[in-house]
Amino acid sequence: MTLVYPKESLSAYPKHLSPGYRSTIKRSPSKPLIIIPHTLSELTGPVYGHEAVQENDNDLTKQHKGEPLGERIIVHGHILDEDKRPVPDTLVEIWQANACGRYVHVVDQHPAPLDPNFTGAGRTVTDKNGYYKFITVKPGAYPWRNHPNAWRPNHIHFSVFGHSFLSRLVTQMYFPGDPLFPFDPIFNSVTDEKARQRMISSFDLDNTVPDWALCFRFDIVLRGREQTPMEH
Amino acid sequence: MSEITPSQTVGPFFAYGLTPKGVCQWRPNSGFDWKETAGDNLITPDASGERIRIEGCITDGDGAPINDAMIEIWQADAQGRYMHPRDNRSIPNARFKGFGRSATDKSGVFGFSTVKPGAVPGPNGKAQAPHIVVCIYSRGMLRQIYTRLYFSDESANASDPILALIPPDRRDTLVAKKQMRGGQNVYRFDIRVQGKDETVFFDI
Repeated sequence: MTLVYPKESLSAYPKHLSPGYRSTIKRSPSKPLIIIPHTLSELTGPVYGHEAVQENDNDLTKQHKGEPLGERIIVHGHILDEDKRPVPDTLVEIWQANACGRYVHVVDQHPAPLDPNFTGAGRTVTDKNGYYKFITVKPGAYPWRNHPNAWRPNHIHFSVFGHSFLSRLVTQMYFPGDPLFPFDPIFNSVTDEKARQRMISSFDLDNTVPDWALCFRFDIVLRGREQTPMEH
Repeated sequence: MSEITPSQTVGPFFAYGLTPKGVCQWRPNSGFDWKETAGDNLITPDASGERIRIEGCITDGDGAPINDAMIEIWQADAQGRYMHPRDNRSIPNARFKGFGRSATDKSGVFGFSTVKPGAVPGPNGKAQAPHIVVCIYSRGMLRQIYTRLYFSDESANASDPILALIPPDRRDTLVAKKQMRGGQNVYRFDIRVQGKDETVFFDI
């Protein structure tokens, strides 16, 4: 299967400069980006498989001596290409705040407690159907300094490789019904309503484990679609 | 209409997950040992070719160092082959992945130890000069930005089909400058995200 990467698909992405998110003002290119063809250098990309993953990498509640505090959740879904074909054997990495909204990173000075039983990093590889699954705790909201009384909606950071360096995606998964959505300039940097909705996981009652954990589904669609005879 | 999942910023707190062994001091004394997926040393015992060091500083529109960026690189081996199913030529350096990550330190500095890549096939059968694909992520970047690193001591740069697409007065921003240090070739590659002498970034 040979994939192509239509650039029109990138219309779903935020613009580099999105002034409501203040840090973009000095960290976005100001000169026009140069259009270049997709060569072998772009159409290939890092391949990481099961050898990159250790036991319990995908269960963030089992990485320390005790269990972390917070609401235990299952986060699962499929990684797909633009034709909705599964992306198998690809690495999915996540990182997140703890249930109180605090990251273990030293730069995070939010006065909420760290949890000695939670780091917040996870990793897994999709199976042949493009399926992945994590067990974690629901991250808390937390304040940031973008504007007065700014709070980030609950989110989990995702990093996915896909079939090439062009399908590489770093994004954030949000939770349904978050009251902070209208006020978050990072979430709203995606200007298309339907595209924004694709960053929100859905509550998955069918896969909730009774007496144990709620479940959220988050399917990710990466760049790349099968080459058709019309092209090239 | 596009149906891909939108990009969001990597944020300031990625290091404990994505670059846990890096120079960035993210860690309180947690005792948590998170294996890194890929670090800043790409060299494997079986990798043939010239060992090189790549170093640079990334700065913002005020010229201030970006101390919370992640730089990823993707490259061919010394024979110009990519470790990827799409490149079906034989791979003599089977363990060389060609992928690395470096988080910037408090001075905005990143660095990689790797081998110099060979020339790789380009459009219309024309070879591309040796180069490395560079992808940049940071707080304040809602999506990754792509650029390329070329080498100052490569005469093939003059005929590279991608460099030819860049205005001549801006090509230099993609050329890492060779320096010798302690008997090793160090290529200096500074990235200016915005403003005067802004690095060329690609719309791909």
